[in-house]
Amino acid sequence: MAEPGRLRWNPALVAGTVVLGGTALTIFVASFVMGDAAERLSADIAHPVSGEHWLGTDYFGRDQLARALVGAEASLLMALAATAISMVIGVAAGAAVWTAPRRLREFSLRIVEITVSYPELLVAVVLAAILGAGRWQLVVAVAVANIPATARLTANLSGALYQRDFVTTARLTGVPRRAVISRHLLPNMAEPLLIQLAATFSTGLVAMSALSFVGLGVQTPDFDLGRLLADALPSIYSRPIEVVGPTLLILLLSVGAMLVGDGLAAAADPRVSRGKSTTRRSGRASGATGQAVVADLEVVRTDGVPLVRGVSFEIGRGEIVGLVGESGSGKSLTALSLARLLPDGLSATASDLRAGAVDLLGRPSRRELVDAVAMIYQDPGTTFNPALRMGAQLTEVLRVHKGLSKRAARAVIVDLLAKVHIPDPERLLAAHPYELSGGMRQRAMIAAALAAEPALLVADEPTTALDTTVAAGILRELARIRDETGTSILFISHDLGVVEELCDRVLVMKDGAIVEELTQEALRTGDVTSPYTRMLLDAVPRLAVRS
Amino acid sequence: MTDTTELAHGRPRRPKSGSSWTGFALRRFGGLVGTVLIAVVVTFVIVPLIPGDPAVSAAGPDATVDQINRVRAELGLDRPLVDRFLDYVGGLLHGDLGHSFSLNAPVSEVVLRRLPFTAGLSFLALLVVLAVAVPLGMAIGAATRGGRRRRLDSTFNYVTAVVAAIPPYVMATLLVLLFAVTLELLPPAYTRSQPGLSLLLPAFALSLPSICLIARVVRRETAVVLEQDFVRTARGWRLSGLRTATRYVLPNVLTSTLTLSGIILVAMLGGAISVETVFGWPGLGLGVVNAVATKDYPLVQGIVLVLAVLSALMTMAVDILLGIVDPRVRGGQHG
Amino acid sequence: MSQGDRERLPGACEGESLALSVEGLTVRFGRGAHAVTALADVSVTVPSGHTVGLVGESGSGKSTLAKAILGVAPVSAGRVLLDGAEEPQRTVNRRVRMIPQDPYSSLNPRRTIGQTLAEALDPVRAKVNRHREAIEAALTEVALPLDAVGRYPHEFSGGQRQRVAIARALITRPSVVIADEITSALDVSVQAEVLALLARLRHELSLTMLFISHNLAVVEQVSDEVVVLHHGHVVESGPVGEVFAAPAADHTRALLAAVPGPAKEAR
Repeated sequence: MAEPGRLRWNPALVAGTVVLGGTALTIFVASFVMGDAAERLSADIAHPVSGEHWLGTDYFGRDQLARALVGAEASLLMALAATAISMVIGVAAGAAVWTAPRRLREFSLRIVEITVSYPELLVAVVLAAILGAGRWQLVVAVAVANIPATARLTANLSGALYQRDFVTTARLTGVPRRAVISRHLLPNMAEPLLIQLAATFSTGLVAMSALSFVGLGVQTPDFDLGRLLADALPSIYSRPIEVVGPTLLILLLSVGAMLVGDGLAAAADPRVSRGKSTTRRSGRASGATGQAVVADLEVVRTDGVPLVRGVSFEIGRGEIVGLVGESGSGKSLTALSLARLLPDGLSATASDLRAGAVDLLGRPSRRELVDAVAMIYQDPGTTFNPALRMGAQLTEVLRVHKGLSKRAARAVIVDLLAKVHIPDPERLLAAHPYELSGGMRQRAMIAAALAAEPALLVADEPTTALDTTVAAGILRELARIRDETGTSILFISHDLGVVEELCDRVLVMKDGAIVEELTQEALRTGDVTSPYTRMLLDAVPRLAVRS
Repeated sequence: MTDTTELAHGRPRRPKSGSSWTGFALRRFGGLVGTVLIAVVVTFVIVPLIPGDPAVSAAGPDATVDQINRVRAELGLDRPLVDRFLDYVGGLLHGDLGHSFSLNAPVSEVVLRRLPFTAGLSFLALLVVLAVAVPLGMAIGAATRGGRRRRLDSTFNYVTAVVAAIPPYVMATLLVLLFAVTLELLPPAYTRSQPGLSLLLPAFALSLPSICLIARVVRRETAVVLEQDFVRTARGWRLSGLRTATRYVLPNVLTSTLTLSGIILVAMLGGAISVETVFGWPGLGLGVVNAVATKDYPLVQGIVLVLAVLSALMTMAVDILLGIVDPRVRGGQHG
Repeated sequence: MSQGDRERLPGACEGESLALSVEGLTVRFGRGAHAVTALADVSVTVPSGHTVGLVGESGSGKSTLAKAILGVAPVSAGRVLLDGAEEPQRTVNRRVRMIPQDPYSSLNPRRTIGQTLAEALDPVRAKVNRHREAIEAALTEVALPLDAVGRYPHEFSGGQRQRVAIARALITRPSVVIADEITSALDVSVQAEVLALLARLRHELSLTMLFISHNLAVVEQVSDEVVVLHHGHVVESGPVGEVFAAPAADHTRALLAAVPGPAKEAR
């Protein structure tokens, strides 16, 4: 989440503010100056555009430009009033809903859901029917029609905030309800609410002019932009100039508001510009052997900050190498570079990058990549496509890259699932991802990764999100794979204990470089040379007592 | 930002239990019934809430006191509220929506005559919107993800912002100005002899702002989906861009798009009200405007009720579509 | 498998009181056929000045127990006693403070550290100037610089934010502190610092603490006694050294066996 408090100006926000502010200012000033010209009848009936009357005159000899500006002022003021009313009541209602007792809250939320599903304009029409036509009636009708949307937004935002620990802590500490709203809820909803403000203003302006347009809004002799447009429409063939003024003004106001809303949204969520990632060769290959080779790997961010500085290592056949480090050490990026799955905005260079028989610095085809490297990730629950069943996903690699038929692919996967100790593989294939537990998903992920028989398996913190007993099972699987198939495995973790148990060799990374390389034995006996490794080892809590 | 838009319009509702289509369909139907019931109550309540005496307006400006009283008795306005409500509901169940005194015809007849026009217009606009906005949004979303092609990104943003901000009736006016007045290609209003051709401009006017709004939504959602873990998994499996787009991105974009689109499409139904006025399109929108203007309350009640039911049906259709696309909604997973 | 054998509840020694005791607590979510029993007849005691560790896997109910004590989870049976007496929930919430797990969610991003601490001391008015001395003392206690009072959470690292959360919990000198997985989201070295801080505070302030964690090694380092939860039931409890050296319950053995670390029996 970006740093709160500062407003980041961007082109849309600037443009919108200029357009909206400029138009509004012009309208206010101009109608003050030219106010009576809008009403003054003159003998210059239906004059075309001229120096004296920039938009001509109408059938009563009134200056069109003045009328448009005065009408715009009316629309603007009414829209501002309706927006203010609608936002205040909507926000108050939405925030209050969450501080109410549970029964009342659920009921209110349902009511809000239902009211939102009616078209706003229809609600406004109904209210206008009840209240009659006229200025304040119009404001009330549109304000009330816009309340549900704001209330729902606020209620949903409050709901999300209520899950945050600081709100729970405040409530438990005994902070009174109104203080919870004013100190904790509202300030953290400021950005989305501002965006909603712009949207409500825009919608309100349009709705009010639409109602006046169809005759349910302001009544003659009052007029606003909608009324002016309605009057101009019948003569659109003979005097199209009459539409220009009101149309232009309503566009300026409406588009300006939209751009402001857009600008606020962009300011709230700045997306850093990242380009496609690149992986390039940097020098001559060292000639190192090994099933997987990395030499002089460097990864740099778009702004030049180096994240991985000159990492080199090899993994032999049937070897598990652990890459361990804290956050920011560069271990994940190293693994991703090797798997040719570098995220956007980063560029990698290496003098050698190989897995199996594939030179990863060339331009390997998809098929070659599948034979070379497979990757499994930490599973936060969203590793698999929620829209497809497991069977369809797990067999992707076999069907797409190895040309197997659906049935043949399924058979292979069922076999692999059984090997990773999934009790009922057929049932898993028929299931959706959300029906499975974390442990089962990771096992399925491993099965899919092994299906293509890659030379190298890269595992990025695969057990971090799992319970220790489940994790222990996954670790056993990886060891078994190493023993039975000779696949090389690169295992990333921040957990020295896990790495100590599983890996044949361990590489310790800090700030983008390898500070030490250890054998499993050396790690277990604590025979380390780097002070950083020493510090890490000492910092890991160990079970003093073992049964 | 997607957080905001999602939060503004709610995540797809996840039912608490049940794992089959029947359970899901029943729940959606229950929601529909609830919405319709509220609409019935609200439309009934319009008449008692009106300040002044409806009987006076119904009887006409030159009516005598006797005539007014007779009209009042005819319309049943002198009976207790509860009885009137029960009568109203009873009538509804028989398809009797009351009698329109400005048109001197049963409301149900008026509604049935006008319904196809509004339904046809909305439906066509809906199809156009979905067919254009979704592919457009996805293409832009994929092309500009992660800050690529900045200029395309800005152009798309500005153009859609401007077009989406144009009120439907202004859009309608502009289109009439361009196609009917200047180019003389299409009829500017409903002409009985050219029903199909005269449908084009109103549908266009209605759909253009919504196309822009939904394309923006789809673009944002596509960018979000592309950041998801399962897209990363698909990359890891070295699947082609096209396969990833159709099997991994599209279904998941549709999920959130449908929810947000439901709102926009319902709003489009409201926009139909003003668009019909510009084109003299003889649908329910124009009907309700005329009814309010002539204070023909039974007609207002009837049309508003039908429009409310229409939007509830549209919302339910979107929900069902969502259920088809996103199995989690069907299967009752906890959020 | 008699229950009495394995439930050697942490007992108070002579002269010590039970600062917190939970008796036969049952917590159920949902209704009817789909109800989930998160806690079933759970009894835990925390003697004054002791730290009791609560271990278990996800879904074991350990976080639910904390929520039930604080009145955030629906209790269907059982009771919570402070110093042997049943108190109204408001009093319990005043005397029992919690340190949450996620350092990035536990502080209001729009309030300064000083304002957050002031609110803990004085929920209604929360004025920094009125309580400046107490706030500064609290910051010193957790080894944070005094200028933190006017700064915002985003200016601090995860480990520093956890220190603020600890300061906030301790500033009112509560009877009992509940630490809910407070080091799970931290890097190893940062975790070590926070645990060291906690050890110092335990000693200086004679803290009574309920320490929830899934990491058995951390629990062993921090706690005097341990309670093992599995699917909402207490399967074992007692002094931590004894339970880990000679676990009586199968589940405890399984948890211990799953801890990765120094070599056990050869494969």
